[in-house]
Amino acid sequence: MSEAATHLEGLLREALIPVEPPEDLAERLESALTSITEMAADELEAWELSAMRDPRNWVRPTAAVVVGGAAASALVLLRARRRAQNSRRGLAGGVDLSSLGRSAESALRDLESEARKLLGDR
Amino acid sequence: MSEQTGTKSKAQLDAEFSELYKAHLRDVYSYAYYRVGDHHDAEDLTEQTFLQAYRHFERAQRESHGRPLRPWLIRIAHNLAANLYRDRSRKPASSIDETTTIAALHTTEQLVEGRDELSRVLEGVQLLPDDRREALIMRFALGMDNREIARALGRSDGATKVLIHRAIKQLEEIVGDRAGVASGPRPSSNGASAEGPGGE
Repeated sequence: MSEAATHLEGLLREALIPVEPPEDLAERLESALTSITEMAADELEAWELSAMRDPRNWVRPTAAVVVGGAAASALVLLRARRRAQNSRRGLAGGVDLSSLGRSAESALRDLESEARKLLGDR
Repeated sequence: MSEQTGTKSKAQLDAEFSELYKAHLRDVYSYAYYRVGDHHDAEDLTEQTFLQAYRHFERAQRESHGRPLRPWLIRIAHNLAANLYRDRSRKPASSIDETTTIAALHTTEQLVEGRDELSRVLEGVQLLPDDRREALIMRFALGMDNREIARALGRSDGATKVLIHRAIKQLEEIVGDRAGVASGPRPSSNGASAEGPGGE
């Protein structure tokens, strides 16, 4: 390397000294980054809701609904069976149609209520 | 370690990004300042660089394979600066504020001795084609080595070495011309730029 080039490199080192950023820039940036970090979770939730418009994103929630739905149905059936057992014990062998009807209605109400909860939650 | 399994927690990523930010804020700001020529745009560019870096930090870490992330940060700033000029369809609004910069960074004694020479060098840097100017900023303002500059500019190490060599050569000519005709009309000293970035 020529002497002139070496001299020029020395001048470049002097001329292009690193510049300290203004203090308010550092403060502003840190605050912006903190906000973004905090907002990340909210944004993710918002994204999940908006993503539902795209049918390609339906697979996972649908699976969740199916699994949740199965669990809810099982719960309703369990309650219905318990009621039927109670009725049977109360009848002591006899058939009470009105009681069976009430039991069926109650099971249907339970099913409807669980379905509402499920759909409301999703 | 969780890094090896690629399942870093968000808190861990945030902490690491915070370290990166603290370590390189001055580098990014210096690059931005010398690149765009004024403090206002340099602040905007620095802010945008870190916000964009934050969004892609996890992937950058994964793909860096342990290499330093400074070239990646500078590359973001480089791309944003290019977009800024493209959007505004203009070159820097003004050359670097030499008076402020030089006065702020040098003692009175040094100013008396070398102010003219340093001014000519800064002016000359501004007249270089973008890629050559950026390479010099990275080398001399940020102290990056050839490999880092190559990564930041997306070039090979060899091409970067040639780029820097040519940048210094061209700057030498510009500064020489300016020193020789200090009192006369300014010559066009940008002739070598016809070679263009692709010629490196």
